[in-house]
Formats: sequence, C-alpha cells, structure tokens
Amino acid sequence: MSKSEQSKAKAPLLEVKGLETSFSIEGKDYNAVDGVSFTVDRGKVVGIVGESGCGKSVMSLSVMQLLPKGIGKIRNGEVLFDGEEIQSFNEKQMNQIRGKDMAMIFQEPMTSLNPVFTIGYQIEEVLHNHFKLSKKEARNKSVQLLSAVGIPRAAKIVDEYPHQLSGGMRQRVMIAMAIACQPKLLIADEPTTALDVTVQAQILELLKDIQTKNDMGIVLITHDLGVVAESCDEVIVMYAGKIVEKTDVESLFTKPKHPYTKLMMGSIPRLEEDTEKLETIKGIVPSLTKMPQVGCRFANRCPKAMPECTEITPQLEENEQGHEVACLLYETSHPKEGVLG
Amino acid sequence: MLKYALRRILGMIPMLLLISIVAFFLALAMPGDSFSGEIDPNNTDPEYIEEMREKLGYNDPIHEQYFRWVSNFVQGDFGKSTKYQIPVKDLILQRLPNTVMLGVMAMFFTYIFAFSMGIYAGRHPHTKMDHFIGGFNYFLLAIPSYIAGVFAIYFFSFQLGWVPFSGSVDIAVESGTLDYWLSRFYHALMPSLILGALGTATYTQFLRNDIIDNSQKDYVRTARAKGTADSKIYNSHILRNSIIPIVTFLGFDIVQIVNGALITEAIFTYPGLGQLFLTSVNAQDYPTLMTLFVMFSFLVLLGNLIADLLYGIVDPRIRVD
Repeated sequence: MSKSEQSKAKAPLLEVKGLETSFSIEGKDYNAVDGVSFTVDRGKVVGIVGESGCGKSVMSLSVMQLLPKGIGKIRNGEVLFDGEEIQSFNEKQMNQIRGKDMAMIFQEPMTSLNPVFTIGYQIEEVLHNHFKLSKKEARNKSVQLLSAVGIPRAAKIVDEYPHQLSGGMRQRVMIAMAIACQPKLLIADEPTTALDVTVQAQILELLKDIQTKNDMGIVLITHDLGVVAESCDEVIVMYAGKIVEKTDVESLFTKPKHPYTKLMMGSIPRLEEDTEKLETIKGIVPSLTKMPQVGCRFANRCPKAMPECTEITPQLEENEQGHEVACLLYETSHPKEGVLG
Repeated sequence: MLKYALRRILGMIPMLLLISIVAFFLALAMPGDSFSGEIDPNNTDPEYIEEMREKLGYNDPIHEQYFRWVSNFVQGDFGKSTKYQIPVKDLILQRLPNTVMLGVMAMFFTYIFAFSMGIYAGRHPHTKMDHFIGGFNYFLLAIPSYIAGVFAIYFFSFQLGWVPFSGSVDIAVESGTLDYWLSRFYHALMPSLILGALGTATYTQFLRNDIIDNSQKDYVRTARAKGTADSKIYNSHILRNSIIPIVTFLGFDIVQIVNGALITEAIFTYPGLGQLFLTSVNAQDYPTLMTLFVMFSFLVLLGNLIADLLYGIVDPRIRVD
C-alpha cells in the first residue's frame, strides 16, 4: 500500500468542512447552507434532520454537485470524499465518481425516472457509464439488481416503463440504480417521504440490508425522527442552514440539548399518551432573504430565548463527549474570548 | 395498434361524407359555372350553352347532381376536367409527384433547421446565440411566404441566377435520367426552402422551450447523479421527451404543407396540386376543384391519424390498442 493510499484509507469517507452554498435570488446571493461541517465514516449511517427549508437537500446536492445550474453554487468550504477534495472537480471528473463511488436517491420516485425509457435501460445506463460491459451482461446485471431490491418478476419488469410501476416499486428501482456500482457513499434524500407507511418500512429495511452487505456509508436526509431512531448511527440536526446539534442517535433521544431538538421530540405523536392537541413549533423557518445574520436563527421561535440570543451567534461546540450543540444555554457555545460572534 | 388504425379509418367515413357535402355545396355556391368566362356569350348561341348545361347535368335537381357525383367518386371516377379536357384522375396523377416532392423537401428543411436551432437554443438558453435564433425565427415568421417568395425570386433567380424561378423541370432533359431528377430537385429547391421556412419558427421555439422545460425535470437530476455526460443527457434523455409534442405537429404539418403549397406553387409557377387548385377555382373547373377539396381534407384526417399513431410509438405512456 502506497503512502497516499494509506492516508486515503484513514481519512473518513466524506468530510464536509465549512460548506457554504448560496442561491442567487434576484441577483443577490443568499446562503442556504451556511458553514456546515461534518464527517461520515465508512459503513455508518448519518441522519440529517430538520424541517422543510432548513438546507438538508441543498447540502446533499452540494456534495454531489447537482445544484441547479446558474442558480445555486458552492461559495466556500471543502468537500473531501475518500480523502480527495472534490469541490473543485469539473463536470467530467464528477461524472466519473457520481453513480460509481457516490450515489443518490431522491425524494420523488414518481418523477425521478425518465418516463420514456425502460427500467432496464435506466439501470444499464449507470453500469455502462462506469464499466465496460456488453449489452447482455448489463441486462443480466440489472435483472439481478432488481431482484436484489425485492422486485418480483424482475426479468419482466426490466422491460417495463416507469409509469407501469407503483411509487414503492419505482423507489426500489431508484435504489437498484444507486447501488448498481456498489458505491461507497449513498445519499438518500427523504427516500420514504412520498411513500405510504408500510412501504416506508420496507424501503428502510432494504437500505439497511444493502448497507451492511456492501459496507456503505449512508447520509439519510429526513424530517422523520422515527426514521432516524430506526436506522441511524449518528444524527445531525439542522436549522436554517446551520447545524444546531450533532451527536449519536442514542444521546439525541435520551438527552437532547438544543431547544429545537427538544421541541421536535415533543411534536411526535405518542401512542401511549392520550392528548387532544399535537405539540407544534410555532412559526416557520425564516426565508432565505430574511435570514438573521447575527445571533441564533431559532431565537424568534425559541421558548427559552434570552435577550443575547439575537446578538451573539452561538458556536457549535462539544458540550459532552461526542455531543455537539450550538445554543447559548450552554457555556460551550459562547464565543471564545476575543472572537467576535 | 392495427385494430386501432382500422377503427380510426372506419371512423373517417362519416367525416368524409360531411366533407363531400361541404365540397359540393361550396362549389355550387360559387357564382357562375364552368361556362362563365370560358365561352364568349356574345358569339355563342345561348341555346347551345343551354343545351350543354342540360347535357352536363347542371340543370338536374341538386340532390341528383350530388348523388351522381358521390357515387362516381367512390368508384374512382372523379370526372373530367372542364378546363383541361382530361380525366381529373390523370390530371392529379400528373401533378401529385411534384407536390409530394415539394412537401417532402420542405419538411426536410423544416426539420433540419428547427432541430439544429431548437436543440442549440434549448441547451444554451438566454445566451446571445439563443436570442439571435429567437429573433431570426420571429423575423421569418413575420414575413408572409408570398413576400419571401417574390424577394427570393428577385435575388436568387434574377440577380444571382442561382436557381430557376419557375417550372418543375428543365424541358431539355430526358425523363428518367439522373439529369432529369437533378433538374427536378434543382427546380424544387427554392420553393421548398420558402415553404420549409414557414414552419421552422414554430418548431424551433417549441422545441427550445420544451428542452428548457425538460432540463429542469427530476429525471435529469437522476441522470446527472448516475454520472451521465451532459451531452448524452441532452441528446438522449431530454430530446427523447421533447420529441413527443413535436410529433403531434406532424399531422398539422401535412395540412400546412398543402396550404403553403397553394401560395408557394403559385408564386414559383410550380405545377403542383396547389397551383392546380387555384386554376381550377378560377376556371370553375368543378370536377377538379371538388376532387382536390376532398383530397386535401382527407390528407388532414390522415395526418391526424398518423400523428396519433406516432404518439403511441414515441410516448410509452400512451399505448393505443
């Protein structure tokens, strides 16, 4: 093993450092993801939670460099994949790793497949993109993949068109496509949101199965804490483009620290309690153009907000072993002496 | 699909019947008849004209005339042209190849121009070249074909002498030789370019907008996530989807070609069906006029049928059976 390979093996699978992704709205750039850092280790499932508009999807599209062209761009920060800085890769270089080493599953299985091509064609495409295979080999492989993701009559389905399949089936096809080249990293952007509950469980089970089989790292983006509890090793809670809490799944559920996380836990309906009203978090995420630049972004909705919350920007720091939080309720989040927040 | 096509063709019968009635009464509604303007009433015995009218059946009750015409028509007897004094069938068969050639060439030009410009503009929207293509197309669209035709004849035939300005073939060449076909192609070049340019603007802008639309679809993002090259995404994934609405135009296109040919053929004195139609209107040549009318209407129905069948082929979500 050469030296660079050694360092590669030691480096985490995915390392995001200070990522800032901006969207241009009426000629001005606004950060949808604002200084996000995290790592994903090989074979680990990292959940990213937060409500709509908190920057989860933009963050994952930034990693894949799939931001809508001309509107979204990475402004700052580094994305290291397998020890390589990929944020400066050009389209051609990205195409060599997209689909092969890192793959993605999207939220909308209904529209994510091309309606005019057969299922087989669309799976074979990713194989042809990255391997030299004959038509027949690619076809056999795609039938195998379809059976692997639990599609019955795979040999028949391979010649069918997306509109002939149900939402759950299509999401399975998307998964088959994503795992076709045995990627090291899979980003699943709300893979179960558009599906009904029973199918949700099946899809999550399937993802877990594949993950253990292929020793794949997964970034699971969701707004469903139930999904997080079931399938993640580590959890990142995002709010308005920033990480507010980062820890392993157990401590998140046993001792959540950030008021936002606590409120989210409170809004999960519980079977054993007979409550009239479901707890909600009042208000909405501030829009991109009206984002407060100083102070805590959750302050205006936070029941525990203090006067300084709008003046001092809390820092994401380790509060307990392996448990990071960005909230002024904790001493660790106050800016260090001499550093302006 | 065969069953569907057959059903559609059977469905055309009542439509054609209606068309035949319209064709017949429109012709009847025209002032005068085939004698007006053709025979000098001052030098001809009015009794002779009346006798001829009687002989040609112009004095029979209208419904009798109609049924005579329709029953002959469905048996393939379209009557005899009063102007050219030959069977309408022969007359049409003489002119048909010219119009088919003109139409096919015009469509070919439309597709070549529209696809090259539309694909480019759709892939590079809001660039200078896109604006140029858009402007150029609206300019083309704004010029009526009779103006464009006249200008083209003036510049390319009279001033530059590149192309002939009338006819469909050089009289000096022998029929069937390579020179003959080249000459025909050469004569059809200018009118087909003008005719083809007619449809180009609509096609180009439609294709451009559809490509832009499709490039924002989720499936494009999926293809990118698979590591598919941009050129393949545009030329295969997107184009395959953008062709669907274009195909439906094909039906209307046949109509447009026929319509356009009326004017273009007249300007270039190109002996095709369009020109024949105009002369038969002027000469009140009822048998020719009505046959062409029914034929053009039939082409419209056929064009729509072809478009519907093609729809089922290019879009897997629509399977006709």
